Amino acid sequence: MTKRLLALLSVLVIASLALAACGTPAATEAPSNPEPAATEPAAAGPMGTLKIVSSLPMTGSSLTQTQTIVNAMQLRLEQANYTACGGKYTLEYEAWDDASAALGKWDPAVETENANKAAADPSIVAYLGTFNSGAAKLSIPILNAAGPLTMISPANTNPGLTKADKDLPGVTDSYYPTGVRSYSRVVAADDIQGKVAANFVKSLGATTVYILDDQELYGKGVADVFEATAKEIGLTVLGHEGIDPKAADYKALMTKISTSNAGGPPDAIYVGMVVDNNASQLLKDKVAIMGDNETVKYVGPDGIQTQAFIDGAGADVAAGAYASVAGVPLSELPAAGQQFVKDYEAKFGALTEPYAVYGYETMNVALKAIEDVCAAGGDPTDRAAVNTAVFAIKNFDGALGTWSFDANGDTSLTDMTFYQVKDGAYVSVGTFR
Amino acid sequence: METTKKKINWRGLGTLAIALYIVFLIGPIAGLDVPAIAAAIKANPMQLIQFLIIGISNGAIIAIIALGYTMVYGIIELINFAHGDVYMIGVFTSLTVLSLTGTLESKDPARIIFGLILALVIAIVVGATLNATIERLAYRRLRNAPRLAPLISAIGMSFIIENIGLMWAAQAWLVPSFGTTGGASQKVFPDMLGVLFTSMGWDVNLLASSGLALRFTIKDLMVIVLAVTLMISLYLFVQRTRLGKAMRATAQNRDAAKMLGIDIDWVITATFLIGGGLAGAAGLMAGLYNNTAWWFMGFRAGLQSFTAAVLGGIGNITGAMLGGFMIGLLASFSDGYLNARWTNAWVFAVLVLILLFRPTGLLGEQTGQKA
Repeated sequence: MTKRLLALLSVLVIASLALAACGTPAATEAPSNPEPAATEPAAAGPMGTLKIVSSLPMTGSSLTQTQTIVNAMQLRLEQANYTACGGKYTLEYEAWDDASAALGKWDPAVETENANKAAADPSIVAYLGTFNSGAAKLSIPILNAAGPLTMISPANTNPGLTKADKDLPGVTDSYYPTGVRSYSRVVAADDIQGKVAANFVKSLGATTVYILDDQELYGKGVADVFEATAKEIGLTVLGHEGIDPKAADYKALMTKISTSNAGGPPDAIYVGMVVDNNASQLLKDKVAIMGDNETVKYVGPDGIQTQAFIDGAGADVAAGAYASVAGVPLSELPAAGQQFVKDYEAKFGALTEPYAVYGYETMNVALKAIEDVCAAGGDPTDRAAVNTAVFAIKNFDGALGTWSFDANGDTSLTDMTFYQVKDGAYVSVGTFR
Repeated sequence: METTKKKINWRGLGTLAIALYIVFLIGPIAGLDVPAIAAAIKANPMQLIQFLIIGISNGAIIAIIALGYTMVYGIIELINFAHGDVYMIGVFTSLTVLSLTGTLESKDPARIIFGLILALVIAIVVGATLNATIERLAYRRLRNAPRLAPLISAIGMSFIIENIGLMWAAQAWLVPSFGTTGGASQKVFPDMLGVLFTSMGWDVNLLASSGLALRFTIKDLMVIVLAVTLMISLYLFVQRTRLGKAMRATAQNRDAAKMLGIDIDWVITATFLIGGGLAGAAGLMAGLYNNTAWWFMGFRAGLQSFTAAVLGGIGNITGAMLGGFMIGLLASFSDGYLNARWTNAWVFAVLVLILLFRPTGLLGEQTGQKA
């Protein structure tokens, strides 16, 4: 049996060597060890502990964006000293991952598990997330039936989550089995983003456009709105196709598109997708076949407005590509927003990702709702009371400006800013409504 | 014989019905609009050749990875799920070698050629060593265990290697262009062949001077030439050398081969070494061809290659090549003439159809007898 022991030992030695060789420099990298970043309070407040969780994809390319969101949420809690209602309650925060290594992006099974976990833990009073609209679709009904536990998203933009679609009657209502609305978002939905994008493409001088999407709720959703608006405002839509988000390359597809406009390439290509779905490869093959992004314009939604998209494609290939994000550029935020950027950069370094401020705002909303419940003499451990307080937020002075939630949980802010890649980074080119 | 013949006819009728069902019911949904396709081909016949070139180049990469699947299956009847990830490690190895030797910034043709050859050699060595190590650690002890056990450990190895890729892609000190966005995002694999050709004053498109509206780049040429060379040498190796003969003997009957004095462990290790080396080479080729390094790329490549191996008849080397080219062409034509949304559906529908008619794959007779 010594032989077996020896073999076992050698396996362990090799494994630990391999881990040591690859692991040490990566110690600060989160993707491989997405453990919940729990923050332990010093001591529970006299009335107890309120827990807030976030559920965002932290394995995959989206991590570049979601890490800044989590940082911002923690920053807001630190500013509140992890207490609420004048020190009566201690706040606790956990950043959950809703992605899996198997998919490399958000995973329906993990998101469902997160929502069920949150529903079952009575100390949780707010669920901040999700990042992907497809994930929200799964967790909204679960959380709605659990109290309802209020859910506030920093990034979901699919319109159907809150607004009924005339083509799909009853779908939106089916997300809310109790009949009470429990989901809100601090970002403008894609019925605005897709519309503004179509007008933007027209303003670039394009008359023909080819549309691609990643076949997800978010990507296809925004691409569909874009297509409808493009037809309304007189753009010629040459085609609308879904791509295989895991394909090795898209050269054949791009070759087809390069002759789709009466033998020539279209003036512009619109892609409804998130960066995890092979967005960089798609752009690379587009540039290889049809030339740079000045010749054939390349426009996408907020899902590709991240440094990971530029790094994946290469600064020279990505140069000239456009992406839109709800809201105004960081430099044009109101005073509270400017203060946030300053505080964030002091603690975490330069901020270029657009969603951090939305993460900050969701935590802002959650804390405001808890405070409002306390101020009215209510019990902030009562999930329904917190949810009602979220929907009651009107003329809120937040980091994004002064805004209100409507009855559906949508924000009153509808600004949309376009960014263009210049010298390997996104630069704002203008804000539209 | 007569009764079996009658049986096959019934089965043939059934499969024909399924084929018609797929073509006529799913076809229109999935963009199979024959007159429109005919019109598109008539309007631009050159594009047909263009899709052919793209399909063959993509198929060549799939074919080389498929060889590794088919060899391992042929010899120990194990689906080595980690194989696609060995290919991914090949991409990162060659990118790192190119970066550390300073080839990525270089414009000197001699230096680029030297760097590429060095990267090819090191990618092959790393791929071979990694694959053989996987066999030694995760499969050898399970060789006589129930079939599911090594299958599960293969899936486990696949996850381990994917995570190594995740960590690797975060090491910006190895390759500066990895940037600060972490290991999960896609990374650029610079177009070294394009740089090489431009620096020598040649056009990247080899057909540019011909006046045809076709793109046949140096990248396509490299992929096809390298793939065909590797495949022919592998075929000759297995058919003509002593070790190749020992491999075939082991595949046919392991115990009998052992009795005749063949060192089974070494033969199996050699099989994994060759399969891994091919995956490493495919890694460099794919990196240069698609210009992407991504920790997740092994998964899809592995799935497609495994499909190619099954399509061609698993265990059959020529079949794997055939399957690879078929999948590459199918995907290219589906992207080109049908709707890209349905490309995977078409690829697998064809796979199902072929397996219905030929359950052992296109050329798979050996495993047919075995199973």
